[in-house]
Amino acid sequence: MERREPLLYRKGGAGGAKDSPPTRQNGSQHGERGRNSESSNIGRIWCDECKCGCDRGFGEAQHVLCGVVHTTDFPGNYPGYDDTWNVEKFQKNFRIDVVHLDENSMEFDMVGIDAAIANAFRRILLAEVPTMAIEKVFIYSNTSIVQDEVLAHRLGLIPIKADPRLFEYRNTGEESAEEEGSEIDTIQLQLKIKCSRNPRASKDSSDPRELYLNHMVYSKDIKWVPIGNQADVFADCCIGPVHDDILIAQLRPGQELDIVMHCVKGIGKDHAKFSPVATASYRLLPEITLLEVVEGEKAERLKQCFSRGVIDLEDINGTKVAKVVNSRLDTCSREVLRHSDLKNVVKLGRVRDHFIFTVESTGILPPDVLVTEAIKVLMAKCQRFLNELDSTVME
Amino acid sequence: MAGEGEKKAVLEMVQADGADEGCVTFVLHDEDHTLGNSLRYMIMKNADVEFCGYTITHPSESKINFRIQTRGGIPAAEPLRRGLNELSDVCQHVLNTFQGLFPSQESCGEADLVLSFLNWRKQQEANLNFHARNRTEKETLGVLANSNFK
Repeated sequence: MERREPLLYRKGGAGGAKDSPPTRQNGSQHGERGRNSESSNIGRIWCDECKCGCDRGFGEAQHVLCGVVHTTDFPGNYPGYDDTWNVEKFQKNFRIDVVHLDENSMEFDMVGIDAAIANAFRRILLAEVPTMAIEKVFIYSNTSIVQDEVLAHRLGLIPIKADPRLFEYRNTGEESAEEEGSEIDTIQLQLKIKCSRNPRASKDSSDPRELYLNHMVYSKDIKWVPIGNQADVFADCCIGPVHDDILIAQLRPGQELDIVMHCVKGIGKDHAKFSPVATASYRLLPEITLLEVVEGEKAERLKQCFSRGVIDLEDINGTKVAKVVNSRLDTCSREVLRHSDLKNVVKLGRVRDHFIFTVESTGILPPDVLVTEAIKVLMAKCQRFLNELDSTVME
Repeated sequence: MAGEGEKKAVLEMVQADGADEGCVTFVLHDEDHTLGNSLRYMIMKNADVEFCGYTITHPSESKINFRIQTRGGIPAAEPLRRGLNELSDVCQHVLNTFQGLFPSQESCGEADLVLSFLNWRKQQEANLNFHARNRTEKETLGVLANSNFK
């Protein structure tokens, strides 16, 4: 039976040859990526059967279950292996660990899923989770130096703190005559400000903060105007811009802004102002393997090649020996490959199914809610096509 | 199937003349790599499928051509349906796993949040070992507590 290359040492990492840990005998199926979410080699339970680094410590049977979710793992690609989709395998191997969470950003690990689906979540976070943003700007008076369209553009980009799940999309095309929109799909905001000279300023000051009143228009000057029953429904949550200190325009005495704005629900695919994340990205967990024992001064230099905290020097019998402690902290600069004596000592790679997601919200929705919504959007897409299939079949 | 007035097509099936039911190209409208790649991955995991791929015909048009060829004469709509169901199940499992980490979340109003936080607090004090398996989770919940209630 043909044996495929152990997935732990994957193609594409620097130094592609197969190498340590000790090779296994006789065609038993060899699994998988080490699961080093936080620390790597310290404290990992090496499996008795093979030192593939799987930290479960199970016997050979478990290793058959590894290797569930790679893009080359489709049935028929590796003869003798069963790569068909297996729900139990997936559910057993899959886990999520939240590393950091605060009100605006979140970092979590998704382990045991394929890149296609992880990427789908990332794309949906960026472009298909809906939010509310200013869409129509009715400019009744703008005597400032900022042009109408520039002002309208800036207003559109201001994040509006309103839960988009409580609103509907606006039907375009049907109500082209009716510009107002209704209370279920529109939020009305108003910006009315006039700059004047400060009568109490001293005669010889030149500081605009002293000379003028209202000369800087901030987002805190945008006021919510409830329409219909919004005043009752949203009595407790204040609807308005997320941040108070976004500078919109600067005025001088005599200039004024009188603007009414309508916010609608939209998605990032349509316009980037609707994107609910500052950014959402993922990286794969780096994997650093030392192919031989590195000690002494060489170990010291090896330690310098990686980010701090990745490699530690252990004292064994008087000499310092290098050991990989936490590969997660590595920024993958590949500095080690620039040194001719060190580049053959390490093998750099990635754990193919361990995704470290970073989601940074603009403040409209907390990041954990955003991830939940993104997963629901993908489910809704699948459901839409399932319904369509069913309806065509019935015809 | 015939659209009348402004009804937009969502899914079309295109089949070559003379080919059997097993080789079909589906045209999915308003879709891109987000669904295309993940659906392709799920359908490739199906042992009945001989060929599965998708292509975006032109970047200006948001539609994908999704081709499925089966072996054994199975109608191509079946692996498509199964792939969609499996993808939906994967998402459901991911959602359950993710939401399981935040026992007190998912509320719109502040009152709900306060109530659920108090319940969660009680549960925390009752089972101190509940989160022992993952130290970061405890930190997470601690941060949650601090951040949501100023």
